[in-house]
Amino acid sequence: MTQVRDFEQEFLDKIEKEVKIEARDWMPDAYRKTLIRQISQHAHSEVVGMLPEANWITRAPSLRRKVALLAKVQDEAGHGLYLYSAVETLGAKREDTIDDMHEGRAKYSNIFNYPTLTWADIGTVGWLVDGAAIQNQVMLTRTSHGPYSRAMVRICKEESFHQRQGYEIVMTLAQGTPEQKEMAQDALNRWWWPSLMMFGPSDAESTHSQQSLAWKIKRQGNDELRQEFIDKTVPQAEYLGLTIPDPDLKWNEERGHYDFGKINWDEFLNVIKGNGPMNRSRLRARKAAKDNGAWVREAATAYAEKKAKRKAQSAA
Amino acid sequence: MSTEKTEWPLWEVFIRSKNGLSHKHVGSIHAADAEMAIENARDVYTRRMEGISIWVVESNNIHASNPQDKEAFFDPANDKIYRHPTFYDIPDEVGHM
Ligand SMILES: [Fe+2]
Ligand SMILES: [Fe+2]
Repeated sequence: MTQVRDFEQEFLDKIEKEVKIEARDWMPDAYRKTLIRQISQHAHSEVVGMLPEANWITRAPSLRRKVALLAKVQDEAGHGLYLYSAVETLGAKREDTIDDMHEGRAKYSNIFNYPTLTWADIGTVGWLVDGAAIQNQVMLTRTSHGPYSRAMVRICKEESFHQRQGYEIVMTLAQGTPEQKEMAQDALNRWWWPSLMMFGPSDAESTHSQQSLAWKIKRQGNDELRQEFIDKTVPQAEYLGLTIPDPDLKWNEERGHYDFGKINWDEFLNVIKGNGPMNRSRLRARKAAKDNGAWVREAATAYAEKKAKRKAQSAA
Repeated sequence: MSTEKTEWPLWEVFIRSKNGLSHKHVGSIHAADAEMAIENARDVYTRRMEGISIWVVESNNIHASNPQDKEAFFDPANDKIYRHPTFYDIPDEVGHM
C-alpha cells in the first residue's frame, strides 16, 4: 500500500514546531513568492539606502566621522548581498529581482525617497532609520525561513554600530552651539514621521500581514513594532533635549506605552507612488550604476576566460 | 549596450573562523572566477575578522541529498540505539566510563 504524502501538512507542521524551512525543502508556492518579494525588496532597500548617506561621505566634518560613515555604507552593501544570497536559495536570480526594481515592479523602503539635507540628517538617519530597521530585523531573526533568518542574524550584529554612530552625531550637535542644536532639531522634525511609517500601514489595513504572521515569516505586527520603537526612542530624544514633533505624544500609564498622534498615510501613499522628493533620483542612480558598470563586469568575465584558457594550455 | 545578461556564476562561501574549527557555510557570492570569488567573499563576509580562511565552491558543483527523502535516507541510523554509550549498563561503582 502506498501512502500519499501531504507535503503541505508536513510544511505546516514544521512551521508549528518552529522548525526552519531550508533551501530545498518543499514549500507552498505562495510562501516562496512572498519570500522572494519580501527578501529582494529588503535587499534593494539596503542598496538604495546607501545613496542618501553616500551623499555626505566627502563632506563628513572629521576623519573619525568619515571612516565611520564609509564603514557603515560598506556594511549596507554587505547587507544587500547577504539578502540577495538568501533570495537565490529560493530559485530567483539576483539580476531579475534588480530589474524588477528598476522597472518599477518591485519597491524599496519608502524612507530613502527623502533627501539628506544637512549633516544632522546623517546622525538622525543612523539613530532613527537604522533604529527602526533594527526593530524590524531583530523580529525577523526568528522568521521561519532559514536563509533569511541567518542573514538577519548577521545583519543585526552589524546594525548596533550604525545606530550608535548616528546617535553620537546627533548628541554632539545637540550639545553644541544653538545653531547646531537647531540643526539636530530640524532633522528630527523631518525624519520622525517617515521613520514611523517604515513599519508599514496599521495591521487592520494590511492584508498581507495575517498570512505572513500565520506562516511565521513575520513574528510581530506592524503596530506592535512601531509602538516598541516609539517607547524606546522617546527617552533617547529626551536625553538629547530635543522635541519629538508630535503634540499628541504622551505617556499612558494605564497602557504602559506612549500614545502618539495620527500618521499621515496620504503622504506615505503619495511618496510610495513615486511622488516623493527623491524617487526619480534614486532610481536614476541605481540604473546608472548598473549600466555604467556593465563594461567592468564584461571585462572581468573576459579576463576570467582568458586566465582559464591560459591555465588549460600550460597544463596540456 | 547588449541586453544579454552576463551574470557572473554563483559561488558558495565557507569560512574557518579560527584554527581548530571547520569551515562553515556562510552564504553565496557572484564572481567571474575563483580568485575573484575569494576576494569578494572576504569583502562581504569577513569585514570584522570573522575568518582566517575562505573556501569557495561554484554552486553548480554542490550535490545535495533530497530533503523529501530525508526519513528513508537517514532511517538506517534511526533504530540503532546500541551505537550509543547509554545502551550499556555499567554499575556506578565502576566510576566514569
Ligand atoms: Fe542594513
Ligand atoms: Fe544599517
